[in-house]
Amino acid sequence: MIYFDNAATSWPKPPGVAEAMVHYLDHVGANPGRSGHRLSVEAGRIVYGAREAVASLFHAPDPLRVVLTANVTEALNLALLGLLRPGDHVVTSSMEHNSVMRPLRALEQRGVALTVVPCTHQGMLDPADVEAAIRPDTRMIALNHASNVVGTLLPVREVGHIARGHGLWLLVDAAQTAGAYPIDVQVDRIDLLAFTGHKSLYGPMGTGGLVIGERVDVAMMEPLKRGGTGSNSEHEAQPTFLPDLCESGTPNAVGLAGLGAGLQWLQERGIDAVRAHEAALTQQLIEGLRAIPGVTVYGPLDAGQQVATVSFTVEGLETSQIGLILDEEHGIMCRVGLHCAPAAHKTIGTFPNGTVRFGLGAINTAEEVSAALAAVRAVVQEG
Amino acid sequence: MYRDRYAVVLVHGTSHAIRAEHLLDRAGIACKLIPVPRHLSSNCGVCVRIDRDQVDAARRVLQEGRLEIEGVHDL
Repeated sequence: MIYFDNAATSWPKPPGVAEAMVHYLDHVGANPGRSGHRLSVEAGRIVYGAREAVASLFHAPDPLRVVLTANVTEALNLALLGLLRPGDHVVTSSMEHNSVMRPLRALEQRGVALTVVPCTHQGMLDPADVEAAIRPDTRMIALNHASNVVGTLLPVREVGHIARGHGLWLLVDAAQTAGAYPIDVQVDRIDLLAFTGHKSLYGPMGTGGLVIGERVDVAMMEPLKRGGTGSNSEHEAQPTFLPDLCESGTPNAVGLAGLGAGLQWLQERGIDAVRAHEAALTQQLIEGLRAIPGVTVYGPLDAGQQVATVSFTVEGLETSQIGLILDEEHGIMCRVGLHCAPAAHKTIGTFPNGTVRFGLGAINTAEEVSAALAAVRAVVQEG
Repeated sequence: MYRDRYAVVLVHGTSHAIRAEHLLDRAGIACKLIPVPRHLSSNCGVCVRIDRDQVDAARRVLQEGRLEIEGVHDL
């Protein structure tokens, strides 16, 4: 079996991940931050460990400004719904996932103005087009770091520079890059970094978060939910400090134990080594696919300009049919269709039929890529 | 003996207390997380117990780590 659906969720996880989760359930178990006993404190330390590892990976100076959420979608909703108000204007790109587009379209109904800057057919964004879209009422630029459809990297650092120059917040959806591509929130000038734990950070599902920079005044932030935090219990009003402002209710501590182990594995392997490995596989895959007659590959066609997600179509075959044959006859797991990103598919010209997406990960090998290429060749030949 | 020995540093919440523990550990200042004494606060989380003669050093370390201190009290 070949697992090429890492863009949806990475699998298999490094061995330490399940171990850390079992250890938590068997030996720690308590509710972090709710009681003062040793197991509760130990649980709190495990949660803090994940928080600090995230801060360290993204070069965020204060781990307490890492708000832990259930996934990147929740983090994006927190940033967008929590900071934008009627009368504000926000700039985004035509390559966004619905986790950005849907909250923005809902905000549009409530009086937030939205400009969607078009990208090229390869999913590339010109920073000058972003700057041209800025208006006096613009508050935020919201961008994905890399497309979940074609992997194209957006010029986040250049846009960060523009955002800073205009006094705007830059929100980055790092679902496809966190762990797979170096991110430095200070150098890249990212004010709000939304990430997920279950993709390239190699943690379990149900983990993620939002890194909130110093330029975001927390007093302006509306949490998505309010409730028990284990702090300020004498007050019926929500705490005003991070992370408690945005972290109500018992957290997914067992998941965060796993995320901590995933981050440790990543740190030991090194993000540059992971990036180099994935880039080599990506280039091999792109070139192999392009050599098959009838196959069209989308995106930059250059591993240096994208992450390890490659989309393609085959002339005369439906993507759903290709996905089914790859699974049933070749044991290859991938994802076909629109990938929750209709705007991105419209941009690259594959709406509404979608594409076949191979999402590679750090654990995949060159042999697997070769086997998958042989499988695609067979699918094309059998028509 | 016990009564004269310790001070507690109150911080905003458990995440803050664990960050404090981490910063103090790194600076070589012995500390222990204990439930917040009821007479000091109704916070249901933990606070940081340190030796009384370490109060000034601990304040410095926590301030350098940009951790807001709610209060320091003798225990």
